Amino acid sequence: MRTFDLSQASVREVNQYLHDLVIPEEVEILEPRGAHAIACGAMVAATVTIRGHAGYYCAGMNQLANIEVEGNVGTGVAENMMSGTVRVRGNASQSAGATAHGGLLVIHGDASARCAISLKGADIVVGGSVGHMSAFMAQAGRLVICGDAGEALGDSIYEAEIFVRGRVAGLGADCVEKPLEPSDYEALRGLLARAEVDADPADFRRYGSARTLYHFHADHAATY
Amino acid sequence: MRLHKPTKMCGIAAFFAKSPWCEQQLGSLFVPMLECLSGRGPDSAGFAIYRDPAPAGSVKIVLHHPSETFDWQPLFAEQAGSTIRILSTHCVATIRGSAADFTAALASEHPEITVMSAGTGIEIFKEKGLPDAVMERFGLASASGSHAIGHTRMATESAVTTAGSHPFSTGDDLCLVHNGSLSNHNRLRRNLQREGISFRTDNDSEVAAGYLSWRLRSGDTLEEALGHALTDLDGFFTFAIGTRDGFAVLRDPIACKPAVLAETNDYVAMASEFRSLAGLPGINGARIWEPEPARVYTWSKQKAPEAIAA
Repeated sequence: MRTFDLSQASVREVNQYLHDLVIPEEVEILEPRGAHAIACGAMVAATVTIRGHAGYYCAGMNQLANIEVEGNVGTGVAENMMSGTVRVRGNASQSAGATAHGGLLVIHGDASARCAISLKGADIVVGGSVGHMSAFMAQAGRLVICGDAGEALGDSIYEAEIFVRGRVAGLGADCVEKPLEPSDYEALRGLLARAEVDADPADFRRYGSARTLYHFHADHAATY
Repeated sequence: MRLHKPTKMCGIAAFFAKSPWCEQQLGSLFVPMLECLSGRGPDSAGFAIYRDPAPAGSVKIVLHHPSETFDWQPLFAEQAGSTIRILSTHCVATIRGSAADFTAALASEHPEITVMSAGTGIEIFKEKGLPDAVMERFGLASASGSHAIGHTRMATESAVTTAGSHPFSTGDDLCLVHNGSLSNHNRLRRNLQREGISFRTDNDSEVAAGYLSWRLRSGDTLEEALGHALTDLDGFFTFAIGTRDGFAVLRDPIACKPAVLAETNDYVAMASEFRSLAGLPGINGARIWEPEPARVYTWSKQKAPEAIAA
């Protein structure tokens, strides 16, 4: 196992090391002290453990690596992730999993505003609650919220799916509740198991796009 | 004319001591916090420190003159019992009587002198330059006090000047630092000018400070004034507000501008980024959270720490 102490080494050294890896390896990062862009752009199935709180864009653009943060993360954790797993034991700040294409992001605590904004195919499981405007313009993938969701959930959503166990403060434009089919419960059960989050799929409600924003309306055509 | 407007950065830090040793070490705890935010605001920096309350019947004012060699002494020749302390371009004076009378007389004779702050404990210092140089210039590292609010500025809305730097005084013992940008500041400024509030710069944050001054003058409590700010200020903001015995935090409902808080038995600390708090003693055991949008948080020596819903 390779250990980096960020009170000695720079984030650049850590990230270069991850970029240069050819064979998967265990990497441990000590004293992160909220530094930005830790473990960004990893490209092999390394196992990275960050022992403390990380700053912005932690594990961004991840491919294949399994990255775990034993603390909180700042804005944009796992932003644009392609594959692999990112697990946050604490809370996440805004825009967690923004534009993520694939892989699994698990936040065991809460995530704040705009979680899963413009999601493009990844799965995100939040053990706690999410802030306002979560899943805004989310195109594909799944957002599972075990706690509550803030205002304007799923505003202008495309084909991503949202599952919420707690209270929804309000739905955004074009986001509606949808029934759960047996296949949805099965899929949710599998996802919760992969996320290692203990929750009963039967307790969740499902939300998605009403698809009324897909086409322009000509309501006022006669006015012009 | 700037065609491309960058995302406004700016950094905010606040530290409120709950235990005597933190009061003693205030400067040395606070300097690394603000220095860490240099990257968010390298143009200029400023801070308000609350310390050494003026005795009853006296008031403390901080004045700024563009020249470091300005002779302050004659200004106070007729002020019996006044004491002055000169720190670079700033002069901290404790005078008997009213700050308003003194500064009104000063304004006619020395228009180049700016009043940075007035009150019992507050001292505001701000200058152009890198945050560490500004803090060094005013000897912050060795200072003690009850609490401090600081700002590192990346100017986008108005010129890089000392007057455009934060904190802005919003009344006796009150000050404001702002990360964000207000879109209705021109109209608000005109409205506030009609109410008798004066402005020195084209800065949007100064308008927010003027707005709070006006609300407080109209009889609002600080919590009420901040509640009204949520309705009347259009734009992005994370505010930290220094008060005589504590501080307050408010984020706009959209909450694009970051803030993180940490509390232990010894202190409450707030910053734009967690990095800034990472070096504080006991941070690993602290309660760490992100303040919710549109919610007023206040801390005060007078009452138990609590959050007040707006």
